[in-house]
Amino acid sequence: MASEPNAESVFGSSVERREDVGLLTGDAEFTDDKLQDAAHVAILRSQFAHATIEEIDVSAAEERDGVLAVYTGADVEESGVPNDIPTAWMLPGLVTPQYRIMATDKVRHTGDALAAVVAEDRYAAYDALDDVDVTYDRLEAVTRPDEAVESDVTVHEEAPDNVAFDFELGDADAVDEAFEAADHVASVDLEQPRIIPNAVEPRAAAASYDPSSDELTVWMTSQNPHLHRVLMSTATLGHPEHKLRIVAPEVGGGFGSKIYHYPDEAITAWCAKQLGGSVKWQATRTQSYATDCHGRDHVTEAELALDSDGTIRGLRVETHAGLGAHLSQFATATPSYLYATILSSEYAIPAIHCRVIGAFTNTTPVDAYRGAGRAEGIYVTERIVDVAARELDLDPVEVRRTNLIPPEEFPYETAVALVYDSGEYEEAMDRALELIDYEGVRERQEKLREGGRYLGVGVANFVESAGLSPSKAAGELGAQAGGWEAGVVRFHPSGTVSVAVGTADQGQGHRTTLAQVAAAELGVPVDDVEVVEGDTDEVPQGMGTYGSRSGPVGGGAVAQSGRKVVEKARSIAAHKLEASEDDVEFDDGTFHVVGAPDRSISIQELAYAAYLGHDIPDEMEPGLEATSYYDPENFTFPFGTHAAVVEVDPDTGEVEFHRYVAVDDCGEQINPMIVEGQVHGGIAQGIGAALSEAANYDDNGTLVSGSMNEYALPRSDSLPEYETDSTVTPSPHNPIGVKGVGESATIGATPAVVNAVVDALEPFGVDHLDMPLTDETVWTAIDGGER
Amino acid sequence: MYPASFEYVAVDSAEEAIDSLAEHGDREVTLLAGGHSLLPMMKSGLASPEVVVDLGGVDALSGIERGDDATRINAMTEYAAVADDEGLWSDNPVVPEAAAAIGDVQVRNVGTVGGNVAHSDPAADLPAAMLAADATIHALGPDGEREIPAADFFQAMFTTALADGELLTAIDVPHLGSDDAAAYVKKASPSSGYALVGVAVVLETDGEEIADARVAANGAFDHAMALEPVEEELVGGSLDDESLPERAAGRATDDVESYLVLDDEQASSEYRAHLLEVYAERALETAIDRVGDGSNADG
Ligand SMILES: Cc1cc2nc3c(=O)[nH]c(=O)nc-3n(C[C@H](O)[C@H](O)[C@H](O)COP(=O)(O)OP(=O)(O)OC[C@H]3O[C@@H](n4cnc5c(N)ncnc54)[C@H](O)[C@@H]3O)c2cc1C
Repeated sequence: MASEPNAESVFGSSVERREDVGLLTGDAEFTDDKLQDAAHVAILRSQFAHATIEEIDVSAAEERDGVLAVYTGADVEESGVPNDIPTAWMLPGLVTPQYRIMATDKVRHTGDALAAVVAEDRYAAYDALDDVDVTYDRLEAVTRPDEAVESDVTVHEEAPDNVAFDFELGDADAVDEAFEAADHVASVDLEQPRIIPNAVEPRAAAASYDPSSDELTVWMTSQNPHLHRVLMSTATLGHPEHKLRIVAPEVGGGFGSKIYHYPDEAITAWCAKQLGGSVKWQATRTQSYATDCHGRDHVTEAELALDSDGTIRGLRVETHAGLGAHLSQFATATPSYLYATILSSEYAIPAIHCRVIGAFTNTTPVDAYRGAGRAEGIYVTERIVDVAARELDLDPVEVRRTNLIPPEEFPYETAVALVYDSGEYEEAMDRALELIDYEGVRERQEKLREGGRYLGVGVANFVESAGLSPSKAAGELGAQAGGWEAGVVRFHPSGTVSVAVGTADQGQGHRTTLAQVAAAELGVPVDDVEVVEGDTDEVPQGMGTYGSRSGPVGGGAVAQSGRKVVEKARSIAAHKLEASEDDVEFDDGTFHVVGAPDRSISIQELAYAAYLGHDIPDEMEPGLEATSYYDPENFTFPFGTHAAVVEVDPDTGEVEFHRYVAVDDCGEQINPMIVEGQVHGGIAQGIGAALSEAANYDDNGTLVSGSMNEYALPRSDSLPEYETDSTVTPSPHNPIGVKGVGESATIGATPAVVNAVVDALEPFGVDHLDMPLTDETVWTAIDGGER
Repeated sequence: MYPASFEYVAVDSAEEAIDSLAEHGDREVTLLAGGHSLLPMMKSGLASPEVVVDLGGVDALSGIERGDDATRINAMTEYAAVADDEGLWSDNPVVPEAAAAIGDVQVRNVGTVGGNVAHSDPAADLPAAMLAADATIHALGPDGEREIPAADFFQAMFTTALADGELLTAIDVPHLGSDDAAAYVKKASPSSGYALVGVAVVLETDGEEIADARVAANGAFDHAMALEPVEEELVGGSLDDESLPERAAGRATDDVESYLVLDDEQASSEYRAHLLEVYAERALETAIDRVGDGSNADG
């Protein structure tokens, strides 16, 4: 057995990621590495954002060498499959038009699939696409959510005004009263542009169908294989769930974009069934840009009522949220419940009201992207606090401090339906301010301004609701899926352990962290634990990885199963040690009788005994394993403070970072190195949104930032050195005290950076700028101020 | 996406390449150098050549040769070799400084000087440097060799003085005098990494006087161009005149038809024109600072 540090201390230590050897040497297998001999699918996308389809002529394509079949939406309809990608969250009055896997009569954005060619190789498949002749009748397009609701253009007949839902949360009357009573009202109109997720591995699927057994296996880039299985089974393909296996091999990033059930993976699987064999599809980057669900797309009017000392009395928010051309699974939940419920941020705001109008547009569907809903909500609150502070001539940090929810108020019920579990907000904020030397920066800022240099400091607090749950509450609010996670912990007779869990890694390092959780519970060396994820045949059920849930909910499921295993082992130990169970203590992998440390037995020995079954308590079944469906009693609420110091070059509008400080509190940390990695990546994406990323459409609905040539992802040399720190406030209700960290930094970084840049621009009279704050945007604002 | 199918021809010499171009002249034929512009264009469908003639095996087209008056950079030399060439840094740093500013290390290890110049991408970095350096471009065609001054070479977006069937074989970069100085300053696009604007400067000095100046820009216009009004302002000016860089740079777009200033997703024409002035000033200041420091630059 491997010699390891104390197994219990494995929880909370920076164990090296076991994933990295395979990933770094290229041994790791991704979806496109599977089914090397399969035929290839190429998918024809609409040339126009909005058009009716007069005719699709595939005859020339069918005749090409190497082409096995060409299919259109009509073929899919004829096959009799359910053919309707559903939304996973119902809202009152929600309009749910059919979302076919291939369009039949109308195309609604440039990513809509029109035909699929299956050919012997990828080149033949793509060559044949050029020969599919589509006759379109073009329609005008609408691309902005605020314009869509007033437009003559109708994306779906079922929603003549393009409104999919009109959602409200909070007490409007209480807010009106608060606004009347307050000394001051600050307001800001702001937009949060579309973000393209840009996972390093574009989406892919490889499907194999065995007609004799009716078994269909689909390898795919999935953040939640079980969800994909149930949706393909019930909603798109109608294939029996017990004969459908979904496998997510290594997956290269997702950031939300690989949660959803897209047409392409269904088309691939459907083609495999049609042909009775194996086919595969691999998106190109261009296709990813056109079809992976985008994030954000909010147009918002916000108002904050405060007293002159900075005490916040009320917040009113109205948002037009773009949903794109079709409803993706969490498209409705993200801008409604995940957004409106977080508007209280870290503050005791007595009255909040939020209205969200979700609008169809002729654009790529919008859904959850890292930070989903919470990032948008926190951005609104953290921006308007800065706007208000400036108007009241107060320090924005002091306005924040005045309104922080104090530690003794937890659990704290907000005005927007959440009960925060725990928080030491001021401690984290003060740590960030101390690290960044807030007072010192303010002094330097003043001095430098005299010499024509423009420093800005931005601070943002945030709370994140992680691990969407509990299932019952989510169900009452419209969720079509549960919030639990399944975890199996299974000892083998020799004493090593297999864990199977329904979360699905895309680079986060679950095989490392969840092994740490199990090892700590069982008191075994971490190298003796193997974690299996991402295969519906090997994991009983699961909800997948999104919403920062794998640590708190996946980890919770593993811990709970681990504890069940320990309890069973304790019974066997008591039996063997001839003691009462109450007198048997478990410590670091060993059971011993209280007061008699040498009357002991290791958990591995007990595993062996459990599988022999010769000497276990009467009535007990042999074996040592447990399965849990852990359904959290609440969300967990990570929080923190991010702070940035930037300098703006007034000649060019260029923004340069001087400092970037992030203090995150994600509760207990299973693996601090991995936590820090998540923070780093999250900051990069948060900064990308703040400064450079935006998916723009022209009036025709063409995605003009359609490649990395135009769409500016942050690069290592444009990012600052991160100074990270953390506080630890465990979640009181999570089995392992974990709160989750996957999205936190993305949520904190964006408002911190925008606040910093707008702070730098104060001398130019700039009180708000919409993202992305490109050099040109900043320069234009300065130039406008100077003129 | 996936490129359409094409015929691939590998050649061993420049002459063979010319023959091959001629042989397939009735079809759409193109040369392949580093492939870092050609392959993306083929994959996105912007170029669909029927025949591709690969210069990768032509050893004679690679390498840097130092002559008495000029350094010869053969067409297939990668940027990294230029950026690392100490001789060039001391003899005429504008070219290695521009080469070092291209893309990232992967691009610099594969993209070639000949491909960059022959392609005449408006946002590429080398064209302005070649103009400022007053380089001479050597071409080989069915009718033999000819020399083209850089000033006559770049004609429009993706259009040069090279004729169909001609090959760029080498570029001669003249040495600077000991009192001369040069600089290349670039504002990279945050998305593509290409030049939003790049300004190349070579100053010839006589005491405190600027005897001659060549200033050129890429990124801003539909092709790399000399900034003649800036040059005029500089010539006869004094190195000690602190307002000179700003004054000269302020004339960067004086003679330019506004339609030539690029306007796209990455930057508006107004902003590009402004950046051009700012970066021209920075380039001039850098070059003036370097006058008399012997090494011309500290590459
Ligand atoms: C990610 C990325 C970033 C980049 N960033 C930059 C940047 O910052 N700055 C910059 O300047 N460039 C940049 N480039 C472009 C790169 O420098 C290309 O290498 C260059 O534009 C073309 O050189 P090549 O050798 O790759 O030519 P190829 O792509 O092989 O050829 C380009 C064209 O030139 C023709 N050609 C090539 N060689 C010859 C020759 N000897 N004679 C006649 N015709 C010839 C070809 O037929 C083809 O039409 C970038 C490219 C990429 C992929």
